[in-house]
Amino acid sequence: MTTFAQAVLSGTAQGAIYALLALGFVIIYKATHVISFAQPALMVIGGLFSYHFSAVMGWPFWPSLFVAILLGAGLGMLIERLALRQMVGKSVFTMAVITIGVDVVLRVLANRYIGADSRVMRYPGGGERYEFLGLAISHRQLTILAVTLITVVSLALFFRYAKAGLAMRATALSQETALAQGVRVGAIFALAWAIAGGLAAIAGTFIATGSGGSEQDTWIIALKALPAIIIGGLDSLQGAVIGGLAVGIVEQLTAVYQSTYLPFLGTNFSLVAPYALMLVVLLIRPYGLFGTREVERV
Amino acid sequence: MLTVKNVEVVYNDVIQVLRGVSLTVEKGRITALLGANGAGKTTLLRAVSGLLDIHDGEVTKGQIELGGRAIHGWQPAKIVSAGLGQVLEGRRVFAEFTVEENLRIGGHTRRGGLNDSIEEIYQLFPVLKERRRRTAGYLSGGEQQMLAMGRALMADPQVLLLDEPSLGLAPRMVQQIKDLVVKVNQERGTTVLLVEQNAMMALSIAHHGYVMEQGKIVMDDDAEKLMDNEDIRDFYLGRGELSTSYRNLKHYKRRKRWLS
Repeated sequence: MTTFAQAVLSGTAQGAIYALLALGFVIIYKATHVISFAQPALMVIGGLFSYHFSAVMGWPFWPSLFVAILLGAGLGMLIERLALRQMVGKSVFTMAVITIGVDVVLRVLANRYIGADSRVMRYPGGGERYEFLGLAISHRQLTILAVTLITVVSLALFFRYAKAGLAMRATALSQETALAQGVRVGAIFALAWAIAGGLAAIAGTFIATGSGGSEQDTWIIALKALPAIIIGGLDSLQGAVIGGLAVGIVEQLTAVYQSTYLPFLGTNFSLVAPYALMLVVLLIRPYGLFGTREVERV
Repeated sequence: MLTVKNVEVVYNDVIQVLRGVSLTVEKGRITALLGANGAGKTTLLRAVSGLLDIHDGEVTKGQIELGGRAIHGWQPAKIVSAGLGQVLEGRRVFAEFTVEENLRIGGHTRRGGLNDSIEEIYQLFPVLKERRRRTAGYLSGGEQQMLAMGRALMADPQVLLLDEPSLGLAPRMVQQIKDLVVKVNQERGTTVLLVEQNAMMALSIAHHGYVMEQGKIVMDDDAEKLMDNEDIRDFYLGRGELSTSYRNLKHYKRRKRWLS
């Protein structure tokens, strides 16, 4: 039982990172109807910003993270402005392919910076661990959970009460009607990318503080957000969070139990498990767990 | 107040929809724009409010002025700030928003005073106040139309473009919407450009009317004179001699075209 609870707890912490990435995907998707495949690069580069400020320039952790979020947001806006704004009105598929291109370019730049070794960012809490009820949680995991919680709550409040949040939701529902209300839809696209860039930077930073640090193929981690958003239902923010957590937990549970109970699946099956979960969810609910149903008057 | 001079609009670079349209909407009045399907009424509204872009349309010629300022080529947001509101065809309320959220987004270009404006709108449309926390998509058609009008009024426009407010509504509801348009015009002093298929309804409240066909204005006159015009009675109001007897009708006269 303790093993199980421990696996769930660690999975939740890891899943929180996926949730942040998934939120970025969903926010861009809702605002612009494009799935941005540039999120992996945004995540890696966001992590490298933090790494550079803290490890190279010697800043403390939190200021590094804060500036990295701002720079990540700026990078997101830049991508939207330079690569995607010209293409507004073109097919969504075209725009998705452009984001793949952007992703490749940015990743090459990032890998130049990373070089051959992995870049591990020092985390201020060190290896400190807390125990309660027989479960262990590291200082880092606790911070991830807290930061994710704060981020998710502030996003929810933003979408519910802020003027710009309301305008974003309106744009997601109907661009033409939003335009007719005087919403500058271009600015909303930029804002969506900025938020996604900032979220990716948070995720990237916490990945860089992990045991692996940032290395050449760290970006693959961001792809875990894909099953997360599909499980949650592509256009749902709460779905993205829950999908992200589910992916983290399933991954961890598989890592712990699969070698004992299903040894024939071989090693590292935990990497595949999120996708298997995605397939199961798609079979049962093709729109994902929280995909919107249209409001219809009967 | 709003002047459209010789405007031509082309969609997708090839389909010419407006072919030199000119009209004037005078301050404080209700102007009706009539026409059959596909005449270009909605296109004209889009040209005025800057919404052509997302339909791949373009004003290729002519000028549009709001209060003496040339607004053509402006972004929709700037046009809304300049005092022009539009209620889109089919109401288009944000179905998943609450009534109040719909009103708040209508005031997007405003800097402050949102709550006061919302209160004003509730006084104008009391039924919306009762439903303020409801999901807008579940309102009745008439209530949605009121919400769409209220949402447009939130930006405090000087000119309000109404695209077919009577569309798909029950006759009694049409009557109510009609009264509300008059009320908005009189109490708030909002200038109204009313696009309608329901010519009877439109002409009965308008001061002036324009008739559009195939991308051109083919007739314009005082609303009362249009009501008495024999052709208008025949083809738009269903009140002329044709509606009672087809005996004297020659086949080529059945659908009059001013253009050929």
